[in-house]
Amino acid sequence: MSDMATAIDKHEQATDDHGDHGPAKGFKRWLFTTNHKDIGTLYLLLSLAMFFVAGIMALVVRVELFEPGKVWVTPDFFNQMTTMHGLIMVFGVIMPAMAGFANWMIPMMIGAPDMALPRLNNWSFWLLPFAFLLLTLPLDKELLSMLGRAIGISIFPGAGPAPDYGWTFYAPLSTTYGPDSTDYMIFAIHMMGISSILAAINIVVTIFNMRAPGMTWTRMPIFVWGWLVTAFLLLAVMPVLAGCVTMMLMDRHFHTAFFEAAGGGDPVLFQHIFWFFGHPEVYILILPAFGIISEVVQTFSRKRLFGYIFMVWANVSIALLGFLVWMHHMFTTGAPYAAQLFFMYVTMLVSVPTGIKIFNWVTTIFKGSISFETPMLFALGFLVMFTLGGFSGLMLAIAPADYQYRGSYFVVAHFHYVLVSGSLFAIFAGVYYWLPKWTGHHYSEVWGKWHFWLTAISMNITFFPMHFLGLAGMPRRIPDYALQFTDFNQLATVGAFIFGFSQLIFLGIIINSCRKASAGVNEHLPNRVWEGARSLEWTLPTPAPYHTFATPPELGHETH
Amino acid sequence: MCRWMLKRFTAVFALFLFMPLALAVPLMNMPYGVTPMSHDIYRLHMITFYICCIIGVVVFGFLFYSIYKYRQSKGSVAANFHEHPMVEILWTLIPFLILVGLAIPATIVLKDIHNTNESDLIVKITGYQWKWKYEYLDQGISFFSTLSTPQAQIDDPKEPKDQWFLLEVDNPMVIPIHKKVKLLVTSNDVIHDWWVPDFAVKQDAIPGYINENWLEVDKVGTYRGQCGELCGAYHGFMPIVVQAVSDEDFAKWVAAHSPNAKAEAGGLIPTAQAATRPLSKDDLFKIGEKQYATSCAMCHQPTGQGLPPSFPALKGSSIVTGDVNKNIQLVLHGVPGTAMQAFGEQLDNQTLAGILTYVRNSWGNDALNAAHKQAVVVQPEDIEKAR
Ligand SMILES: [Cu+2]
Repeated sequence: MSDMATAIDKHEQATDDHGDHGPAKGFKRWLFTTNHKDIGTLYLLLSLAMFFVAGIMALVVRVELFEPGKVWVTPDFFNQMTTMHGLIMVFGVIMPAMAGFANWMIPMMIGAPDMALPRLNNWSFWLLPFAFLLLTLPLDKELLSMLGRAIGISIFPGAGPAPDYGWTFYAPLSTTYGPDSTDYMIFAIHMMGISSILAAINIVVTIFNMRAPGMTWTRMPIFVWGWLVTAFLLLAVMPVLAGCVTMMLMDRHFHTAFFEAAGGGDPVLFQHIFWFFGHPEVYILILPAFGIISEVVQTFSRKRLFGYIFMVWANVSIALLGFLVWMHHMFTTGAPYAAQLFFMYVTMLVSVPTGIKIFNWVTTIFKGSISFETPMLFALGFLVMFTLGGFSGLMLAIAPADYQYRGSYFVVAHFHYVLVSGSLFAIFAGVYYWLPKWTGHHYSEVWGKWHFWLTAISMNITFFPMHFLGLAGMPRRIPDYALQFTDFNQLATVGAFIFGFSQLIFLGIIINSCRKASAGVNEHLPNRVWEGARSLEWTLPTPAPYHTFATPPELGHETH
Repeated sequence: MCRWMLKRFTAVFALFLFMPLALAVPLMNMPYGVTPMSHDIYRLHMITFYICCIIGVVVFGFLFYSIYKYRQSKGSVAANFHEHPMVEILWTLIPFLILVGLAIPATIVLKDIHNTNESDLIVKITGYQWKWKYEYLDQGISFFSTLSTPQAQIDDPKEPKDQWFLLEVDNPMVIPIHKKVKLLVTSNDVIHDWWVPDFAVKQDAIPGYINENWLEVDKVGTYRGQCGELCGAYHGFMPIVVQAVSDEDFAKWVAAHSPNAKAEAGGLIPTAQAATRPLSKDDLFKIGEKQYATSCAMCHQPTGQGLPPSFPALKGSSIVTGDVNKNIQLVLHGVPGTAMQAFGEQLDNQTLAGILTYVRNSWGNDALNAAHKQAVVVQPEDIEKAR
């Protein structure tokens, strides 16, 4: 028990006996809030909004790729769409959603009254909306001037192109050749980076200092473990990304030549730095997802997680190995044989701890008592399709074969299998799992199941054919293609639209639950909404009161 | 239209149902290719794929069996076990051993990719936004290779498309079969990537680097690929076409394209930049019109209206309707940091004079030039002087 938590307890008891006074009213509640639940909600809502923004961009891409020849947009606008889609999905959807889960659930799962650094918490969220405004500024201006033209007034004439060099923004395409908006992007990435670093510090401090008495490291819920490892990854690599974009800024405006061959610099250095951030980044996107899946699988199997200790060590070893594989993104840059061998071996090795996780999940299900509520459906979808993404990952690790896969649609298929049916499915599973606890309203299982099945089927229609396209030789990030690729691209476009529209069901479910919650409808749901759930948040009333665990809980026999 | 789309979708959905069989069809799998390297990589790819299939059958079998057998709705009661160190060690060790088995052939093939020694022919490949330059270092042959699909097929959905839409070029690379060809790959501006799936060669073209790879084709034929690294707006429009020919045909091709042969042939465009013979305005306009379509139209558009703000319009442009010498300098030396390249290095005097004459006379620019009292005809000699 830390001093800090004790101090907060005393404070709560002095001012409010029940620790249950309501929030401030109006927008000030959200702007000034230091409550972990409010901030968690803000993160999740931002993520939801950005999900639709970046999703629409993906649909623009898919429309253009519906058939060979120009369909709708210019090649340059196409590149802006793929770039912004990638950047927003990674930094604006998956990361904020995971941070939302961290804020809501970590204090409740470890029996703490709030995050350790609540004001910092407020700032780490409120940096984000402005970062995304800046990132999308050229497109926002374009949209406004289009609206202006529609009603006959001319505002914001001539916006320049948005970033158009892919989410990996390789130099020198993004430095010497980048559009003016690149500087906005650099600043936006700095803001996101500060936000992530502050959030990570907060999470580490909270987990280290504010666990309820008796919550030892080995009794901590696995979701919290996943986030603890993730937070350390963030602390290690976000500064590297910040350094990378700062060097870009210097190259663009201050006559340095870090990445400019003509000035004695090295374009490949950019890729080393970017991927030293970028590879741990993909584990930042997936480790919290592993945590959510672990929680959901044990609850709906009504059986403790199999191999808890091994699951924790698998997280840690995935994170550590993640620092030693960055060059597998660069096998064709002319890397020397020895370097390729080292990075190939370590990359292959990552599949060992990842395999351990899959095997342990499946064994948790084995001899359980399984029911198929929506969170469990998404978790099972995760198990199957994330594993498929793992298989294509293993194939990509084989350096000689990577000469054929790299830069092709095979890679696009691979990372959408691990990010859509991996991270995103885990986010859906987590939202359905905890939504009743958050809002006090049980979403409709019928609609939830429709959402799952439509999403899972359309996701495969969209991304499975991309494996074939890549193997047959279609490069990624092209706005137009040769005739032989037509069929699979049309299939993918159809799938993408089904996928996109299916998400409106999700939106409807969320709006419905939030509406009921803010209207104060009490459905008298039990504390333990799912009877198989074990961790501490399920000992709290449903919906969870504004302040929880003002006094630390007594730990029962089992917590994880 | 609707009918047609419906039919198309039915066909495509039928395809989706049979996807598991799809790997048997060449269009859906990695090509077996025509080089020893592509065969090796294909085999490595298939081995990994089959291993994944076997693991998949075991894992998914166990998963689906458990889901089916232990349903709560069928009265299953959860067991109480939650750890078993032996099992954990087992499923750490077995995958590890499989990986070792996979790493061995991968290591061998990878070594072979790096073995660029003892080549019979060296070709230097340079990526440009958005074309390739091929230089046969020992033969003294050097040329650019640009997309030859007409712009109308790209822009107009109604225009019928060629069989090799977007996979065709004006000057293909030509190599002899059964000869080890060493490739030196580099770039003039941003990062490109030279990729021909049938050769299993993919090598990044990076400014400031010369990357090496090699190929040895065992079948006569035409092989096609594309740029494999996002390199700006027209990344999708810089294909690669390689003709693999017999030794005799290659010798003939070299003879016909060597610098001496070109000079002897005389004609309009010898390689020397010094061809400064004056031409009529009509001739220049015709040369320019043709070359504009290849070298300029992609960015500045066939209509001369460009795609602002990235690619400025030439129609009514202050440069094209202003001082002719400034115009020549800009075309010769380009605008650093933009897609406007130094065309002086790429095109000869006649062609450049033609292009300049064409743009200064098209889209109403002739009237503007007349009003501004600026020249509308540019002779090869003007270019030579400005170099
Ligand atoms: Cu390129």
